[in-house]
Amino acid sequence: MSATDIQDPNRRDFLYVATGMAAVVGAGAFAWPFIDQMRPDASTLALASVEVDVASLTPGMSLIVKWRGKPVVVRNRTEKEMKDGEAVKLGDLKDPIARNANLPADAPATDANRTTPGKEAWMVMVQVCTHLGCIPLGQEGDFGGWFCPCHGSQYDTAGRIRKGPAPENMAVPVFKFISDTKIIIG
Amino acid sequence: MSEGHSTYTPKTGIERWFDARMPLPRLVYDSFVSYPVPRNLNYMWTFGGILSIMLVAQILTGIVLAMHYAADTNLAFGSVEKIMRDVNSGWLLRYMHANGASFFFIAVYMHIFRGLYYGSYKAPRELLWILGCIIYLLMMATGFMGYVLPWGQMSFWGATVITGFFSAIPLVGNWIQQLLLGGFAVDNPTLNRFFALHYLLPFMIAGVVVLHVWALHVVGQSNPTGIEVKSKTDTVAFTPYATIKDAFGMIVFLFIFAYFIFFLPNYLGHPDNYIVANPLKTPAHIVPEWYFLPFYAILRAITFNIGPINSKLGGVLCMFGAIVMLFLVPWLDTSKVRSAVYRPWYKLFFWLFVADAILLGWLGSQPAEGSYVFMAQMATLFYFAFFLIALPVLGLIETPRRVPNSITEAVLEKNKGGSGHPVGATAAPETKG
Repeated sequence: MSATDIQDPNRRDFLYVATGMAAVVGAGAFAWPFIDQMRPDASTLALASVEVDVASLTPGMSLIVKWRGKPVVVRNRTEKEMKDGEAVKLGDLKDPIARNANLPADAPATDANRTTPGKEAWMVMVQVCTHLGCIPLGQEGDFGGWFCPCHGSQYDTAGRIRKGPAPENMAVPVFKFISDTKIIIG
Repeated sequence: MSEGHSTYTPKTGIERWFDARMPLPRLVYDSFVSYPVPRNLNYMWTFGGILSIMLVAQILTGIVLAMHYAADTNLAFGSVEKIMRDVNSGWLLRYMHANGASFFFIAVYMHIFRGLYYGSYKAPRELLWILGCIIYLLMMATGFMGYVLPWGQMSFWGATVITGFFSAIPLVGNWIQQLLLGGFAVDNPTLNRFFALHYLLPFMIAGVVVLHVWALHVVGQSNPTGIEVKSKTDTVAFTPYATIKDAFGMIVFLFIFAYFIFFLPNYLGHPDNYIVANPLKTPAHIVPEWYFLPFYAILRAITFNIGPINSKLGGVLCMFGAIVMLFLVPWLDTSKVRSAVYRPWYKLFFWLFVADAILLGWLGSQPAEGSYVFMAQMATLFYFAFFLIALPVLGLIETPRRVPNSITEAVLEKNKGGSGHPVGATAAPETKG
């Protein structure tokens, strides 16, 4: 083999590289459906929004509806629970962000930002612990909000993480009141 | 220790016929009959054989259980109860399979602690050790997915918590979690794929076991003294010596296994798993299977943020880190002496580590509150300190005891000491972990 063969890329080198690239792209294209099939399928994604009638909830009562396979709590909070929630200083919060899908992503986690304007008594929230996905128990724990029995995370009356391993406040899903007694979630 | 020289001589015509075409009888003879093993192996060396029969037993019982099981969220729980009540001998097969998983892990923990005590991971056995660690990881994945299949409360919530680990990964975590679940929460797609994978993984384990045994037969077995085999007097033939010893170990092990199957079949399980899965209600106290408890305790011990790493990611990293430590052991241990028999300080730290692992296991079964959290944090600290501080530092500062020149010398010395056992086990107690 002469030195010029190594220095000048010739037609054969081009063919080697092109064949190699085609093999890599082909292997990737072949592998993708095997990964793709694992993602949530169309019927799972198609889960529509849920409509909830909350007329029967007097202050201090909650109900739970299933949305996207997860429980969503609707709670009509008591006066005391609202006051407790409002009294918390933002600096005391482990997660200072509202985690409210109806608000900008950086909204601060004030009590009002965890609810919807004009309906501050109502908490609508995915009742799934942000640690590892357990269902916290309502109206328990040091802050009178939610307590996760799995790993001991404690949430306040506005569903904000206060103590324990969970990193974030519980998520508020997209929802709105379509009348005084009806909520649509999703 | 592989001499590279076969002593097999085919005697009959059919043996000669095979030997010329596919020398399988020769491979079996060289591997399990004439294969030389150190003469001083103690009963801790019988767990390799025990693990092989446990793998076979799990595959056999698993295949027949799969003939009666339905991987559908509406049917799974009922089909398991049907196996228990209606299927002929179904109760026995299911109890064998469920307790078999626990006993598989008992044997693997004995096997791992044996390796740690006698320094079996040291050169040239690093790859052998790492293949073992891979088998252990595959076993954990298989055990976890198998526990989901009965679709009880612990199945569901165990799956929720463990797949939740992946959501801790920054940026792509939620995407990966949904990829694993096939949805937004544990549901039918999850159960279906877990069943398929639970059926697949044991065969992958069997494949890695072949590599593990291959690597073993290249470098030869370690032994309680940690001294390499130097002459023919250091070894005995695999058959009958190791065969009989392994067989006796298996009989004793299977005897205890049978006691659990027939008299304590649910002792190692959790009563909540006899309640059908309910996605809207978490059990008061989620615990994984006992063999995951130490890692579960480590996961829960991280309740604080570490710089930019939040407590959730920190817990998950520590838990996986606890397993990564095992992979690194061959390079963390700096000692030139293999066996803890000749390493007084390492021996102390080894037993402290065993106690720490048991303590973590117990803490993993307790609620994550009050003083348990602090104890779990201290125990986690010790766990990592053992690997990252004790193993490297002890090898440098410890003065080992005099190591005999050969296995034969060690055996003869011991027999002179008056114990009278023909094949000397070391002073190591034979029950651990």
